[in-house]
Amino acid sequence: MNDDQEPILICKDLCISYYTRAGEIPAVVDFSLTVKPGETIGIVGESGCGKSTVAMAIMQYMGANGGIKSGSITFKGRDLTTLSEDELRSIRGSEISMIYQEPFASLNPSLKISTQLIEVPLAHENISKDEAYKRSVTMLMDVKLPDPERIMESYPHQLSGGQQQRVVIAMGLLSHPSLLLLDEPTTALDVTVEAGIVKLIGDISKKFGTSQIYISHNLGLILETCDRVFVMYSGEVVEEGTINSLFTWPKHPYTHGLFSCIPLPTADKNVAPLKPIQGQLPLPFERPTGCYFGPRCDHFQQGLCDKEHFKMEHVDGSAPDHRVRCLRYKDIDNTLQIAPEEAKESLEIGRRVLNVDGMKKYYDVKDTSFMAMISGKRVRHVKANEELNFTAHESETVAIVGESGCGKSTFAKVLMGLETGTDGEIRHNGKDISDIEVRDRTTKQIRSLQMVFQNPFDTLNPSHSIGGQISRVIRQFGIETDKQKIFDRVMTLLDTVKLPRDFYFRKPRQLSGGQKQRIGIARAFAGNPSIVIADEPVSALDVSVAAAVTELLMDIQREHKTTLLFISHDLSVVRYLSDRIVVMYLGHILERGSTEEIFAPPYHPYTEALLSAVPIADPEVTKRKIVLEGNLPSAMNPPEGCPFCTRCHRKIGDICENVPPPDQVVVDRHVIKCHIPIEELRKVAPVIRVPEASERLHKKQEGVQT
Amino acid sequence: MILLLLKRIGFMLFTMVVVSIILFLLLETGLTGDPATRVLGNFASDQQKEMWRDQHGYNQPTMVRYAKWLGNFATGNLGTSIRYKGPVKEVLLPRLWNTAILGFWTFAIMIPLSLILGVLSGMKEGSILDRTISVTGILTTSVPEFASAVFFSALFVFGLKWLPGTSSMAGGFEFQQLILPAMVLVVYDFGYVARMTRASMAEVMTSQYIRSAVLKGLPYRQVIIKHALRNALIAPFTVIMLQINWLLSGVIVVEFFFAYKGFGALLLEASLNNDIALLEACAMVAVVVAVSSQTIADIGYTFLNPRIRFS
Repeated sequence: MNDDQEPILICKDLCISYYTRAGEIPAVVDFSLTVKPGETIGIVGESGCGKSTVAMAIMQYMGANGGIKSGSITFKGRDLTTLSEDELRSIRGSEISMIYQEPFASLNPSLKISTQLIEVPLAHENISKDEAYKRSVTMLMDVKLPDPERIMESYPHQLSGGQQQRVVIAMGLLSHPSLLLLDEPTTALDVTVEAGIVKLIGDISKKFGTSQIYISHNLGLILETCDRVFVMYSGEVVEEGTINSLFTWPKHPYTHGLFSCIPLPTADKNVAPLKPIQGQLPLPFERPTGCYFGPRCDHFQQGLCDKEHFKMEHVDGSAPDHRVRCLRYKDIDNTLQIAPEEAKESLEIGRRVLNVDGMKKYYDVKDTSFMAMISGKRVRHVKANEELNFTAHESETVAIVGESGCGKSTFAKVLMGLETGTDGEIRHNGKDISDIEVRDRTTKQIRSLQMVFQNPFDTLNPSHSIGGQISRVIRQFGIETDKQKIFDRVMTLLDTVKLPRDFYFRKPRQLSGGQKQRIGIARAFAGNPSIVIADEPVSALDVSVAAAVTELLMDIQREHKTTLLFISHDLSVVRYLSDRIVVMYLGHILERGSTEEIFAPPYHPYTEALLSAVPIADPEVTKRKIVLEGNLPSAMNPPEGCPFCTRCHRKIGDICENVPPPDQVVVDRHVIKCHIPIEELRKVAPVIRVPEASERLHKKQEGVQT
Repeated sequence: MILLLLKRIGFMLFTMVVVSIILFLLLETGLTGDPATRVLGNFASDQQKEMWRDQHGYNQPTMVRYAKWLGNFATGNLGTSIRYKGPVKEVLLPRLWNTAILGFWTFAIMIPLSLILGVLSGMKEGSILDRTISVTGILTTSVPEFASAVFFSALFVFGLKWLPGTSSMAGGFEFQQLILPAMVLVVYDFGYVARMTRASMAEVMTSQYIRSAVLKGLPYRQVIIKHALRNALIAPFTVIMLQINWLLSGVIVVEFFFAYKGFGALLLEASLNNDIALLEACAMVAVVVAVSSQTIADIGYTFLNPRIRFS
């Protein structure tokens, strides 16, 4: 980055609108941005804030109903808004490239990777096919893909998600563009894969000097990748600044609200509860006059904030490019956010309600290949769960952590009775339920084991009213039979999940994602369950909404003394709300223990890598970087010894490959499955370090008891 | 891949056997009325019927008769037609050939026309070209064949006097006589295939990989031909293969209207005249064509779609 250089991209007073039958919808208002050579800019915001619209406007790919209303986008001295389709074509792909959220959808399913790669240089430069092919192979090596020749001859569906995204990145870099737009490039990927991609993106700007605009909803990722950041809310930038100034001293109440919504890896649910932002994002045509954030802001002042739309202004006493769109930022002391009485009492852990003992689940897969027909091995096992052992107590939150394909959802299915276990036991209140299917279970058993699903958008029946759907559950569980009593019970449940009572008559399509998930929670708690399995309950929701749903879930748990099995891949959320953690990989439990034990050495090497992969939205917290190589092995054909040996950075030798590792007990209920002696593992330095000296961080952690 | 092929062919044979059993039960047994009555007519005496049954082996056990019947079919011995007083084979083959000629020309015009127009209209959804093509497609498809046949006859035969009104080919093959039936078929079927193609193309055009192809800076023509077409043609391919069945037996109306001596017309005559042997042969031919065209469609589909080929 060089301050003297001419900026390569300048967006000035950009207003973008979509034109629909309902009229003009302003998507982005008053957006200004400059990108210098080699600089990485982050744009962060929740869904619907207009961040992707900005990227599409830079690409001049707005669709038929979108248009730039005013302002200019100047790229290397040329205004992109005035260029012809032909001139744009010569810039797209060669000067500005784009990386997309879903790598699989953005690759053509019926063309080989080689075809899709070599056409980029062929379209922009006058080179031969051989040369283009050679350059593509080199580029695949540059994005750290092993065996590039084989990848060139593959079709997209033959590659894993991480590999696909690397191919898309290689495609974007083939013509050495000077600007790269990345639209949520890692959202569809697993955490450890994400860590690899993030590292790669960082290396690119160093190696090729490419400027980047990185769009994400994840503040932690922005911190790890960017130099400067723009926070967007409802179509406008509310705060901008360098990573350091903005992340250390956020000025806008919305920015601050976002930070309060994401748990720090050091925070605890009882000491420093998350503080969700009230209300929800206004629709573009419902925006208030004055400050768009006004209705949700704790510091809203009538007569000042709601008068007229105001401009960004420079933050006094901060870095020169730290600007904020708030009239009251000087009056707000953000350190005084958490009132001490909001700190919650920790729950007393009760008796043991769930005991998983040697539970196994194998799926039989019929092999229809020709070779299998000859050799006679027609049936193969997919070992989805291998020897699961753990316990859960009343009022306890047990998190099951692992990447996709680790078997966590399979376990949930067996527990719910949607599948039956192959071997071993799951004792719920002393009774083995692992081989009773859900239709053979008693109403009482079904009632006491309930689930909150990942995707609230698909779990509600679109043609029935909310009230009808909850009443049905109550009737099915036989809790109440009288019509009036059922109605009363639904009302109580709606109160419990903090939704207005008139939602009884609404249809699911009238609800936002967060509200739907609240209904999902109400449904699960309708029969006072003793165990609730929450399968990634907030991963489909925006940060501010997710925080509210998480808090709600814990409040209800507190009230009902429910055991919560929280399935997640997000370790910062897990750290925040769980008492005990089970780390799974390829069907095995690699480590289990209390939250403190998991987050401090000795670690299992996989836990260590997972911790390192968690993006942390605080510049003062430091992390050791561990990037895992390779892909998750297939569950059909797992390694003979330790399941993690193919990707482990601490592999000690052949023993890892050939001998299944033993369960080593560190202390009571803290178990690590590894060949490395505990003493060795104890010597490993902590992955996440919070500086002792930082007054700000400790204030945040302790609330404001001081 | 080989296994898939074998599986498909096995399934195809299985379907044919099932259909043949149904056919046998319906026409050759007493299930739907006495075959002897059907052949000899209502006024034949019981004695005559019994003699006929004996002569034609109808008193043997059903299983044995089915085996023999199937064996005859397999060896090409299709029996004798009552109506035409001759071997079924000699009646059937020229008719099949005539239908093949009509079908070929209909396809040769209809497929390229509907694919090109469908793709053009799907490329820019909502454009004037798209609306024109879509509306025309709906109009032509919703006019039944007998109506358009009358209309075209009125225009080209009686109005302009360009084309002959019948297509019986009485004086040998004449291409001119083929034009009107083919035209009616093309007009009727074009809209259907074009609309399928349009829907498929429109879906592909909104996909993310088309967006990434455009944002790679590829020329528009290359985006369409290289990236969009191949994916857009997968769905219509199956539909096109289904049209083969329709052309074989679904065009009775057109063949009858123009007195064209085709397969559909033969099927109609056979059933009107209780010509059991001919009817059975026609039905079996129709089944063989239907099942094999679907098998070819399935196999072709895996070639178009690498996700199936390499899974």
